[in-house]
Amino acid sequence: MIEFKSVSKLYPDGTRAVDDFSVVIPSRKTTVFVGSSGCGKTTLLRMINRMVDPTDGVIEIDGDDIAKTEPVHLRRGIGYVMQNSGLLPHRRVIDNVATVLFLNKVPKPQAYARANELLDTVGLDRSLAKRYPGELSGGQQQRVGVARGLAANPNILLMDEPFGAVDPIVRVDLQAETMRLQRELDKTIVFVTHDIDEAFLLGDQVLILEKGAKIAQQGTPEEILANPASDFVANFIGADRGKRRLTVDSKVKPRGDDLVLIDAGGYAAGVISAPDGKLATGTASPKSRSISNKTSQAGDA
Amino acid sequence: MNLIIEGFAWIFDPAHWTTSSTSQGISEAFVQHIILTGISLLLTVLIAVPLGFYIGHSGRGRQVAIISSNVARAVPSLGLLTVLILAIPIIPGIPNNYLAYIIVFVLLGIPPMLAGAYAGLESVDRETTDAARAVGMTEWQVLTKVEIPLGASLIVGGLRSTTLQIVATVTIGSFLGQVSLGTFIVDGLEQGDFVKMIGGAILVAALALVLDGILALVQRFVVPRRVSRGSIDTGNTAHGMRLRASTPGTPITEGN
Ligand SMILES: Nc1ncnc2c1ncn2[C@@H]1O[C@H](COP(=O)(O)OP(=O)(O)OP(=O)(O)O)[C@@H](O)[C@H]1O
Ligand SMILES: [Mg+2]
Repeated sequence: MIEFKSVSKLYPDGTRAVDDFSVVIPSRKTTVFVGSSGCGKTTLLRMINRMVDPTDGVIEIDGDDIAKTEPVHLRRGIGYVMQNSGLLPHRRVIDNVATVLFLNKVPKPQAYARANELLDTVGLDRSLAKRYPGELSGGQQQRVGVARGLAANPNILLMDEPFGAVDPIVRVDLQAETMRLQRELDKTIVFVTHDIDEAFLLGDQVLILEKGAKIAQQGTPEEILANPASDFVANFIGADRGKRRLTVDSKVKPRGDDLVLIDAGGYAAGVISAPDGKLATGTASPKSRSISNKTSQAGDA
Repeated sequence: MNLIIEGFAWIFDPAHWTTSSTSQGISEAFVQHIILTGISLLLTVLIAVPLGFYIGHSGRGRQVAIISSNVARAVPSLGLLTVLILAIPIIPGIPNNYLAYIIVFVLLGIPPMLAGAYAGLESVDRETTDAARAVGMTEWQVLTKVEIPLGASLIVGGLRSTTLQIVATVTIGSFLGQVSLGTFIVDGLEQGDFVKMIGGAILVAALALVLDGILALVQRFVVPRRVSRGSIDTGNTAHGMRLRASTPGTPITEGN
């Protein structure tokens, strides 16, 4: 469990990036910070591994104040995946993945064996192990970044817009992988994004942030979708624009059993199966990402 | 053209290699030149490299590096040499004012080395060092495992400039009496012996070229694979761009 207690960050140039931020990040769940550019997401994330130290307040991991932990030691126990992969360009993929293991004095053969396993884990072919980061595609680099983040088998994995720079198809792939990893490896993931769809897809708990890391709303995706706490949130999740409110298009003659759905703007948004002209109900239950709280909100799924 | 051929002929005349009562021999001058260059270079590196690394790593004292290189460029070597030779007393046990010469050679050698060491580290992408820190490297590890390897090309580039600088300044030292390959230029000038002057100039140039060639090889050797020489910027990986247009799919053969 990671707990922020009244944390503030004032950068030396006077920017108040985080203002009195408090939250509990539960273990073995995915918590997503989502908000527009400059609202303080990266700053929050980097305070967890002490790449940034708060000017005020306390951050605790499992009840221990991290300010009392030596930063280098702390970082070796926390995985960190960056937007631009942050791989070392002069080291081969396998050495990049094994970096943390080498730092932790794991003998070479074991480190390489583990690094190779990790390539499998993140879905990278082992034949890429001897390439240099510059010889990989953006999506592959991100996978290497994830593998490196997992290398020391950390309980906590910090991910800062890890898929922001890859194309939508690869992104969907990587998002699916992330969900799989979370399920299989049971990590506490803190994920930063400015993409609300990604936040709702991945998050057990989602925090919508305004400037200064002010929490606009906190809850499960279902809770936020059902009851946006403010106009800001409604606007941010696209509810007010009707983006998520779908209706059956009466003008389009269905072919087969599918009805076309349109959003409030009148744009086609998808289809829904409707055998004999009746909407299908109940077969697929809403995906539960968090273990607690699952009173269904089938309507928007 | 003829004069140059004569210069080479002068060098290859064995009679000119040994010192006689009337003239300086090439062997001794050559050895002196190498010794002075070696000692000065060693001291220069010992001073400028740690300082340059400190500035490049911490970002502190950048001004020092810039100012020192500008000042050194403006100072006339011969003038500084003269002043210091006169100012520093002869120390018993150290041959003919060696100390004064070496101080000057080092002073003039420091700026390019300092600039190279500092610029080498400065050239490393901030994101890369940040990532290295984030995975748990200590500052020392960031320096030795990331910044120095990635900045190696510019660092050795600084060493090359410094070496040439010192070889050249040692030559000038002969105008104040220090024996070196410059001695032939000075003596030739005094005696109106242009062939000797050319011979000396060729020797200095040859020494400089050989040393620079060796260091150029070193430079090629130290640059990490897959990191393009000169520009170490990892480029913009934001859109998954490649570091450089290498051919993906080509297996990389590398031993451990
Ligand atoms: N090192 C720094 N020095 C001064 N100001 C900073 C520094 N880092 C961030 N800031 C400022 O703090 C605020 C929050 O920055 P932060 O990087 O946390 O935002 P973010 O939510 O991650 O944005 P983005 O989505 O663009 O990555 C911004 O106004 C930013 O300009
Ligand atoms: Mg950010």
